[in-house]
Amino acid sequence: MTWIISLGAILVLVILYMIFKIGNLVGLVKGKKEEEFSISWNNANAIMFMIFMVVGLGGFFWYSYAHFDEYTLPVASIHGEVTDSLFWITMWVTVVAFAIIFVVMFWFTFAYKYEKGRKAAYFADNHKLEILWTVVPAIVLALLVFRGLRVWHEITGPASKEAVVVEMVGQQWLWMARYPGVKDKTLGHHNYKLIDASNEFGLDLTDKNSYDDFKSLELHIPVGQEILMKIRAKDVLHSVFLPHFRVKMDAVPGVQTHFKFTATKTTAQMREELNNPAFNYEMACTEVCGKGHFSMKFPVVVDTQEDYQEWLESQESWLKQNPDYLKYVPAELKEAAMIKAGIPLDNTVTVQTAAIK
Amino acid sequence: MATIDVHPQTATHHHDEHGDDHAHHGNFWTTYIFSEDHKVIAKQFLFTGMAWALIGGMLSVLFRLQLGFPEANLGWLKPILGGWLTPEGKIDPEFYLALVTMHGTIMVFFVLTAGLSGTFSNFLIPLQIGARDMASGFMNMLSYWFFFLSSAIMFISLFISTGPAAGGWVIYPPLSALPQAISGSGLGMTLWLVSMALFIVSSLLGSINYITTVINMRTLGMSFTKLPLTIWAFFLTAIIGILSFPVLFAAALLLIFDRSFGTSFYLSDIYIGGEALPNQGGSPILFQHLFWFLGHPEVYIVLLPALGITSEIIATNSRKPIFGYKAMVGSMLFIAILSFVVWAHHMFVTGMNPFLGSIFTLLTLIIAVPSAVKIFNYVTTLWKGNIRFTPAMLFSIGLVSFFLTGGITGIFLGNSAVDIQLHDTYFVVAHFHLVMGSASFFGMMAGVYHWFPKMFGRMMDEKLGYLHFWLTFIGVYLVFFPMHYIGIAGFPRRYYTWTAFETFSGFADLNMLVSVAAIITMVAQFIFLFNFIYNIFRGKLAPANPWNATTLEWTTPRLPGHGNWVGEIPTVYRWPYDYSKPGSKEDFIPQHIPYSETPESNLPHENDEIKLEMGGAGAIVVEERKH
Repeated sequence: MTWIISLGAILVLVILYMIFKIGNLVGLVKGKKEEEFSISWNNANAIMFMIFMVVGLGGFFWYSYAHFDEYTLPVASIHGEVTDSLFWITMWVTVVAFAIIFVVMFWFTFAYKYEKGRKAAYFADNHKLEILWTVVPAIVLALLVFRGLRVWHEITGPASKEAVVVEMVGQQWLWMARYPGVKDKTLGHHNYKLIDASNEFGLDLTDKNSYDDFKSLELHIPVGQEILMKIRAKDVLHSVFLPHFRVKMDAVPGVQTHFKFTATKTTAQMREELNNPAFNYEMACTEVCGKGHFSMKFPVVVDTQEDYQEWLESQESWLKQNPDYLKYVPAELKEAAMIKAGIPLDNTVTVQTAAIK
Repeated sequence: MATIDVHPQTATHHHDEHGDDHAHHGNFWTTYIFSEDHKVIAKQFLFTGMAWALIGGMLSVLFRLQLGFPEANLGWLKPILGGWLTPEGKIDPEFYLALVTMHGTIMVFFVLTAGLSGTFSNFLIPLQIGARDMASGFMNMLSYWFFFLSSAIMFISLFISTGPAAGGWVIYPPLSALPQAISGSGLGMTLWLVSMALFIVSSLLGSINYITTVINMRTLGMSFTKLPLTIWAFFLTAIIGILSFPVLFAAALLLIFDRSFGTSFYLSDIYIGGEALPNQGGSPILFQHLFWFLGHPEVYIVLLPALGITSEIIATNSRKPIFGYKAMVGSMLFIAILSFVVWAHHMFVTGMNPFLGSIFTLLTLIIAVPSAVKIFNYVTTLWKGNIRFTPAMLFSIGLVSFFLTGGITGIFLGNSAVDIQLHDTYFVVAHFHLVMGSASFFGMMAGVYHWFPKMFGRMMDEKLGYLHFWLTFIGVYLVFFPMHYIGIAGFPRRYYTWTAFETFSGFADLNMLVSVAAIITMVAQFIFLFNFIYNIFRGKLAPANPWNATTLEWTTPRLPGHGNWVGEIPTVYRWPYDYSKPGSKEDFIPQHIPYSETPESNLPHENDEIKLEMGGAGAIVVEERKH
């Protein structure tokens, strides 16, 4: 394939060279005059425009048709199907307009190339034409806009109360996911000043909602249920990009952003659909964030409702993984914290002595 | 410059006679270096812009090598790149970001703003409106030298050990504010900001001059409705520049404060390099608003002059009046106004209030209407023309083609719901490189080919021009068209490599094609460079009006001296597009030919103007004297 393409590039060059050679020869045959203006060269350029138009447009349609599956990503979210359909509607409208103008323009360059003795038309304006091609694009664009705005309104509207909440945190150069935990289903507060090597989220342990929060290095989401993704960044801008779900939203330090979506196909279903057992959903970063920008991959798994529930319950709370941090929990909440975090209560003594040491 | 012409009244022509003895007796320094002559300053902008274009192009070839041939060993570039190559002979990922950042900065500001506007506004405004020079030659000179200083600083930043700015040409903080985040945000970013501050000063000095000159110094009879479209374009561009560049200055200033003086305009809640920074309460999104308040109008600052230039060239070489002169002016005016209220379409997915997204979608798609009108008018101008494909004409048609191809993808990106998926992918790269980058570059090339005879008094070689055009035209399409597919597939931009992702594992072939095409396109520019430099010295001597054009600059001598016209400045009687007028012997009637001399081709209402020509013009001068 690569060879074919490089060959194509070389071919274009050769053709160009030949056309120029031919132009020269024709000039010689006709008895080259030192003329200010050469008709044969003028015609050669007009012909080149026609060749360009035919080959260009042909190549465009051919590649778009022949390689359709290569450049289109399968879609796996509800709103993604809607934005995709809007994308393709826009594509049809614009490609038709593009092709017509493209052909007409290059046809004109060919049809009205210089001829000795012909006089161009003195055609300076025509109000009907001008009104026509102001109003028609305006109407077409208005239709596209109104459809787009309706879709946009739905996508950016508030998430339902039952939505599964996940927090994505970006930092140079990795992503972390935080889940609100199975017990309270609410994310605990965070504060960037509490961040350290272990407390990567900056969890505020005076908030009782934080005790059962857990960290994951894979994004697990259930199929068919609305997800509310809350997004933030620790250092510089990042951007959550879930290509198959048509999800993109910047992660901004100091500002919480969010995006809601509903996955329609589990990873297993997608593998089957694409006939590719190695397929995985992925998340990428699309806001330049430094050296490792290109490597911020985060694996994404869409589970069935049951699998998701199972996975959720198998996760250990962050506090359980980092029992040292119990010392930051206010004394009166400690017991509740341990219960919520799933730490056996008889551990208390060892933890406290550890803290004293 | 300081001599404001008070026109002594004569029977038919009404201008001063001091043009002859205006051949300046300066030394080398005042004639070529610290010159106040608009034509010399225009050439200074052109040469500097071309040097930058070469550098900017080379940088793009470097990162295209990485993207097209990720496995290649670039060890042979060691003598140039030194420590920026990894031991395996690869481009360092951080240096890759520096390359794309500097490529963007250089091309947008130094080539397509200064190189394009600076060259042609300076060269053409006085010549086409009939003035001896700019309103202030001194400010004009300062404008160039601020640009030069700015260029020097940006150039130096390429060579410092921590590297030039590397956070993208949009320099979004916090990345651009924190040297801990990327090494380019150290001294490199400081130099970037200083350089841009000087650049803005240069741009403002230039713009004020352009506006003043166009308003005050038009020759007799040159009403706004008789201005060539080039001048309209330069005039509106200058107004956009004056209104938007100060906002970038403010944005940069606040960023300087955040970087150096501990303020928190853009910074908040940051934990980096193992410590929590004290900054709180700032917003990175504020910077994006300020940046794009310039950044979007900047697109039109780059594009409008190119559109103006091609309007002129397409009309001249179709031997037809530009179709819909008023609609062309109107759409440029409309674009200029709307360009200030669409900026947030760059920010649909930054976490900005979604309601704002709706408003900006609406306004953005409105701007597509005047753009479409311009394309239709160009195409209609070609219809029933008698087209001469000079290199300038080829590049102008190329511009319209790019403007169409790239403009149409704006309809996708301007629609916020569709933009979610396409934002920051190669689809965007394809879009703006075609509609703004390549289109404006082609406008600039068209301008150079078209006005070279007036700039240097000699002709460029047409055949080399054809070769240059075809290689560049096809090359540019091969570079940017495939990027649409890569973008629809979701490939994010500013990626050093996509190998980390299964989703983005394809298109090695297309990326290689793009890189090969980029290299060919780059090489083709040397054909131009040879053609340009060689013919400055050795070219065939140009006639005074080689293209049989109607505008005033072609009434000057072959190589206009200081003061532009020998003797009086011609008076203008008609609009600039009297090509192929029915009844007239020649297929063009220059602007300075009165209707009384062309009874055979006058339209009925034009015959009425003959009386005004005789008496009326004098009346205007008398009135002027009273002031």
